[in-house]
Amino acid sequence: MMNKTTNEVLLQVENLQVSFFTPKGEVKAVNDIHYTLHYNEIMGIVGESGSGKTVEAFTLMGLLAPNGKIKEGRALFEGRDLLKFSEKEYINFRGKEAGIIFQNPMTSLNPVYTIGKQLKEVLFLHNKKIQKSEAEARVLDMLRQVGINQPEKRMKQYPHELSGGMRQRIMIAMGIINHPKLLIADEPTTALDVTIQAQILDLIRNIQKKTGMAVIFITHNLGVVAEICDKVTVMYAGHIVEQGKVRDVFYYTRHPYTRGLLESMPSLLTDTKEPLAMIQGSPVNLLELPEGCPFADRCKHCMEKCKRQKPPQTQFEEGHIAYCWLNHR
Amino acid sequence: MSETIVEVKDLCQFFPVRSSIGKKGYIHAVDHVSLKLMSGETFGLVGESGCGKSTLGRTILRLYRPTSGKIFYNGNDITNANMKTYRRKMQMIFQDPSASLNPRMTIGQIIEEPLKNYHLFSEPMKRKERVFELLNQVGLNKDQIDRYPHEFSGGQQQRVGIARTLAVEPEFIVCDEPISALDVSIQSQIINMLEEMQEKRNLTYLFIAHDISVVRHISHYIGVMFLGQIVEMAKSNELVKNPLHPYTQILMSSVPIPDPDLAKNKKRIILDGELPSPIDPSPGCRFVTRCPYVKECNGRCKEETPELREITSGHFVACFKCQE
Repeated sequence: MMNKTTNEVLLQVENLQVSFFTPKGEVKAVNDIHYTLHYNEIMGIVGESGSGKTVEAFTLMGLLAPNGKIKEGRALFEGRDLLKFSEKEYINFRGKEAGIIFQNPMTSLNPVYTIGKQLKEVLFLHNKKIQKSEAEARVLDMLRQVGINQPEKRMKQYPHELSGGMRQRIMIAMGIINHPKLLIADEPTTALDVTIQAQILDLIRNIQKKTGMAVIFITHNLGVVAEICDKVTVMYAGHIVEQGKVRDVFYYTRHPYTRGLLESMPSLLTDTKEPLAMIQGSPVNLLELPEGCPFADRCKHCMEKCKRQKPPQTQFEEGHIAYCWLNHR
Repeated sequence: MSETIVEVKDLCQFFPVRSSIGKKGYIHAVDHVSLKLMSGETFGLVGESGCGKSTLGRTILRLYRPTSGKIFYNGNDITNANMKTYRRKMQMIFQDPSASLNPRMTIGQIIEEPLKNYHLFSEPMKRKERVFELLNQVGLNKDQIDRYPHEFSGGQQQRVGIARTLAVEPEFIVCDEPISALDVSIQSQIINMLEEMQEKRNLTYLFIAHDISVVRHISHYIGVMFLGQIVEMAKSNELVKNPLHPYTQILMSSVPIPDPDLAKNKKRIILDGELPSPIDPSPGCRFVTRCPYVKECNGRCKEETPELREITSGHFVACFKCQE
């Protein structure tokens, strides 16, 4: 188990740029992403589809598609640059030092193997000397930890025999069975019902507290971020638009896109029958990224300058940054 | 006051299933549901996947033949009627915009098709004008008429779907999760547009969604479904402020609130227990395996199914504990 304190840095991503080369041209999926993640911290990455949040996470895990290329950047994991890892180093890294949970638990479990076999495989891969009986015991213990009842029975079952929520619990068990220092959760609750989502969020939060690992939580739901994250990075079209502690970003919002997202969510708490606030237009085409601010076309406050020049970083409270010309008056 | 446009009485929709050993059973997708929709209003249906909310919507449109019960439209019994005369008045907006548009047709052809089907405009030029008008109403550009669905973003595709639905001037529309496939920044655009259309044309919506905060915003009346039955039904403000059924309470406490301080202090009820099978359910309350109040009912809900009863004016609940 880890005994690191919060202020020690686990992962530092600097100036990450990833592009995909397609027949239609270069798709700049991730542009100049940077953040620092400490032990014991849950960081949310929020954005719409195509904002680059998944690509960013897959890059860290060495899972980039063949036509994707890392153009620039560093990702220091305890001082070692992940982006320079060989495939062999990655095999030792994935599943041991960092785990990942995918969005759709049905398509990411192997339908022809039992749950038990798939979980044990992760153990054997990283602990060559482990005894069969010990592996069995650890799998059972892990299943209990993620809240699966009758784990002995479940171990012998196949993925299709379990409900969606249970499959996602199995994915979580698989992600953390080797006690990783980092867990990447890529929209783990998007395919689930709200009541099950609440259970899974609770589970991730509790496990994180118990083990002290760091979590990168990718989602498009700001409500989920507010519930579970310590800090958050808001992305739009592959760019960071705002980053900071959750309270700073939610209460002292500094970017029109973040504000638009927050305002456009209907609330259970207020009474108004007024039309919802909305962000105009459609998501930007990554093949034709504008020269200036990527959000300029949809922004209520767009100025001449926004279309010509990329907005610089502005620093507010500690660690709270935003990229918008409005903050530069 | 507005009048009833759609009324459903004791509607059941069962689907036969056969297990591998040949045992036959029925999935009770919609089980004795009664409700009324007022003209010009929105009735929101919430529930989790598999609770039968889409089946209910489709059965009301007679896309399935109901197992039992009655459906009335403007006072006429349409349970077994020839739907040809009613289809034009009763339309649907689908969940997945890319799957519900024909990829080989241009959006102009897609929107024009219902007009042709109902012989609404005999002259092609007039018909074209109507398509332009519809495109304009849903916020699309008329230069885009010759493009194919794949050239549009998800939000724009949903706009095309809505234009097609509106083409025949329906009175009643079943909106089956029209925004859940869309990006967050696009969802509010579509909700606002649906509300605007309702105001202009006095449309009646049956709005199906799993997100109770969206349903609350758009609906005048909300019904909460659990395993084929409506467990609670009330005016939307009343339901949200004063949820009585334990399932509604759990559903509401599960919705993540985009406010960090509130989220931290919120009491969350975590749901336990297995979901019972919808195949030939045993008698008793469907929610009994997960209900936190089950002990207080002294086992009554294990034997008897609670009926949907009016507790206070306009607020219906199907729970013995709340009815006491």
